[in-house]
Amino acid sequence: MKKIHVSTTVNGQQEEALCEVHQSLLDLLRDELGLTGTKEGCGTGDCGACTVLLDGRLVCSCLVLGVEAEGKEVTTIEGIAEPDSLHVVQQKFLEHAALQCGICTPGFIVAAKALLDKNPDPDETTIRYWLAGNLCRCTGYDKIVRAVQDAAQELAQSS
Amino acid sequence: MAEAVDLKAIGTRPIRPDGVDKVTGRANFGADMTLPGMVHAKVLRSPYAHARIKNVDLSKALEMDGVFAAICGRDLPEEGANDLSINILARDKALYHGHAVAAVAARTPALAEQALDLIEVDYEELHPVLSIDDAIADGATLVNENMYTNGDRSQPPSNVAAKQKFERGDVEKGFAEADVVVEESYRVPTAHQGYIEPHACIATINEAGRATVWCCTQGQFDVRSMTAGVLNKKVSDIKVIPSEIGGGFGGKTTIYLEPVAVKLSEISGRPVKMVMNREEVFRATGPTSATLCRIKVGAKNDGTITAATAWLAYEAGAFPGAPVGPGCMSVLAPYNLENLLIEGLDVVVNKPKVAAYRAPGAPQSMHAMECTIDEVARKIGMDPIDLRLKNAADEGTVAPYGPRFPAIGLVECLKAAREHPNYLSEKGEGVGRGVAVGFWFNIGMQSSAEVRIAENGAVTIMEGSPDIGGSRASMCLMAAETLGVSYETINAHVGDTEATGFCNVTGGSRTTFATGLAVVQACEDIIAQCKERAALTWDLDVDQVDWEDGKAVPKPGVNADVQPLSLADIARSAGRTGGPLLGRASLNAQGPGASFSVNWTDVTLDRDTGKVDVLAFTAVQDAGRAIHPAYVEGQMQGGAVQGLGWALNEEYIYDQKGVMENAGFLDYRVPVASDMPMIECQIVEVPNPSHPYGVRGVGETPIVAPLAATSNAVRDVLGYRINDLPLSPPRVLASLDESN
Amino acid sequence: MAKVVFPDHLLTHTNGERELNIECNSFRSLVRALDAKWPGIEDVLSKTAVAIDGQIYQDAWLERIGPNSEVFFMQRIEGG
Repeated sequence: MKKIHVSTTVNGQQEEALCEVHQSLLDLLRDELGLTGTKEGCGTGDCGACTVLLDGRLVCSCLVLGVEAEGKEVTTIEGIAEPDSLHVVQQKFLEHAALQCGICTPGFIVAAKALLDKNPDPDETTIRYWLAGNLCRCTGYDKIVRAVQDAAQELAQSS
Repeated sequence: MAEAVDLKAIGTRPIRPDGVDKVTGRANFGADMTLPGMVHAKVLRSPYAHARIKNVDLSKALEMDGVFAAICGRDLPEEGANDLSINILARDKALYHGHAVAAVAARTPALAEQALDLIEVDYEELHPVLSIDDAIADGATLVNENMYTNGDRSQPPSNVAAKQKFERGDVEKGFAEADVVVEESYRVPTAHQGYIEPHACIATINEAGRATVWCCTQGQFDVRSMTAGVLNKKVSDIKVIPSEIGGGFGGKTTIYLEPVAVKLSEISGRPVKMVMNREEVFRATGPTSATLCRIKVGAKNDGTITAATAWLAYEAGAFPGAPVGPGCMSVLAPYNLENLLIEGLDVVVNKPKVAAYRAPGAPQSMHAMECTIDEVARKIGMDPIDLRLKNAADEGTVAPYGPRFPAIGLVECLKAAREHPNYLSEKGEGVGRGVAVGFWFNIGMQSSAEVRIAENGAVTIMEGSPDIGGSRASMCLMAAETLGVSYETINAHVGDTEATGFCNVTGGSRTTFATGLAVVQACEDIIAQCKERAALTWDLDVDQVDWEDGKAVPKPGVNADVQPLSLADIARSAGRTGGPLLGRASLNAQGPGASFSVNWTDVTLDRDTGKVDVLAFTAVQDAGRAIHPAYVEGQMQGGAVQGLGWALNEEYIYDQKGVMENAGFLDYRVPVASDMPMIECQIVEVPNPSHPYGVRGVGETPIVAPLAATSNAVRDVLGYRINDLPLSPPRVLASLDESN
Repeated sequence: MAKVVFPDHLLTHTNGERELNIECNSFRSLVRALDAKWPGIEDVLSKTAVAIDGQIYQDAWLERIGPNSEVFFMQRIEGG
């Protein structure tokens, strides 16, 4: 089957790729563009390890076709850090030991940053429901929630 | 042993050395590796839970464009045809739904999937054995016609692979002395470890027969030996490179893909990549045992337990090897009692072969016992922690499996729980509270470590324990403490099978204990060398030199007008004093030190939906000494939530033909953030005398107590007990309907 | 004499004998003595854990055994 040409913007960079019709955005990112920071945990949209932003909206990239990225802007974990430092959410995940194995971490960080961009002062319940689409099997979520709370606080102080 | 007050690095919470790569997406996990010319393999799996395989015809798949190789069971050597090999590719029988039957390597994953459809398998469907009750019934269909209980061929073949028994005292006499006797039976369902990263590997083999395997595993050396065994190759012909690992919890201590990938690479001449999907992970990789446990406990009105019996049947899946031994040995481990009888059965059924899952065997049997103990406490009107304190095992207590306990921290944990504000607090209206005790043995085993000092004094640790939850940070902390240098100057690397000395798996809660011990000893080797180098430099005898705060200094009273030499000073001039500084240690660590815990939880129940909500959960656990307390808490919190998931929702649901109906995270529902409260932790430190800093393993104990703590809390709010898990909305609602 | 106790699953190798007292000063000498009594048991015991005076060893090959030691053979514990 012939591949389809896709033009898309990933982390601010214009990208061109050839994509098979059945390939997901996750496959496009990982296999065609070499951006393996986005992880596959289930392939059915249940675990959130493949969370990315598509035109500013959180999606499971395993549920989006690669060809749907045509003309859109994609943000992945590789595009979260500032040019010369970690994003505060990344820093707080480290300080709070909010990761153990680290496989779910990219999805959580993309989702948590999206939350704080939208709602800079979320309460614990809001954080927990916002992150309910991201599975973590190691931490029991306690330290992840605390990291996001701390990140929100730091962002509030610095703004 | 160093006193806690002297410690500088240990007990602090620095950022892990591999952290930045893991929050930026740089860290490479199992599926992240690619090689030039790589092809992709997929596995054909049995559509039947039990079937004779009369023929496998690969020819049409092999003719397909883009297909490079295809294999089935007969392509693996007969010499290695043990249970592991037969689980990796079925031979004459498919033993569970999802059992691997054949595999194809093709240019793309999609082509490999298409080629699977062209493989023709001639099955003769057989009756599946799907429960302990079916398996042990008279006239049961046999999963394996050549299996005899405990190998005893004087009896007919059986689905009971093994029976075992632990006996002490006289239980009849003990029950006769009891004022109350509680007898109940409990079922715990099959649960999956649920690591978020599916199994993945790449293998390549050259014309000289040397294979290289990249994979996500808890133990690269075990992958090497198991792959060599299945392929009848020498371990020295296989190099295994561990990737970062996206969770394992015991499930990545065995192998499923690696020999298939090597074999397909051998045939195709290409590197072969294999990545499971989530459905395959559920259907064909290590769940843990479903169990049926019958418990009887007798006690006096003052709380003294006079006798206990446990009959514990564990599903092993399609091959023998359920964790019934540790289930038997842990079931009464928290208690000091004279009269006991424990019987265990290892039962094969047509379900996936079980694999280790965090404290394998203990959550199931201890759920049953801790629920029964809770009922005893209710009957005699005693606080459940007081009842446990009354009977608690302590140093010198004879464990139910024979030996006497060395120093253990159960009593300390119980006392800490009894005084904890979360336990002393009044529970609210409509809130149920449940308590339970957890236990795990922990293991030591073999580890190696090297410590290398760069010319600027930077320290590199090379070890062989895949870092599954921050262990690199713990290694660096122990090295910082031992060497007396700053944590920031140290890095830890997990080596492949040729870069580092032999290490057993990251499992059994052994890494911080055993590999940590090797790191400490390798650092001591460095210190000895540094003292020699300083002595040479100063023209002193080595026994005139001390190592203090990361520096060589003359001992007090030694008359030498010299400046202290730091690790960096000595490293900078190491070429002059004998060459690079390289410390090493290898050991078979003994005395890992058991870890006990006490957990309690507050829950509410929605009587319209049957949904249980967890309001609060507190975990108290003996860590010996917490090297990096945040990662110790992380183990406690993560284990608690896995246990809560198992108690409240997680189960394999099978149809009548043995097909798992919920093989995805949508229907096999692990806890999500909005299901859980914060998990409060109190670390108790009763140092393990076998470790220089007192470390006990902590990783496994946390999953044990939450099952019964949750059951007991639901019992408290419900007013009666539902014995079986999970306490999911459908089960609770059905029970409520029945009781109305 | 050290007291030596076998678990249920090893009794097929000891003619049903669960407990015995035996003269030995090391784990190696114990295993040799047991193998002399029940030929072939060394192989089985090499795959078995053992508790000597309360301390559990997956591999006790180098351990000493005191005159009043208690030695319990037990299943090897694996872990997750």
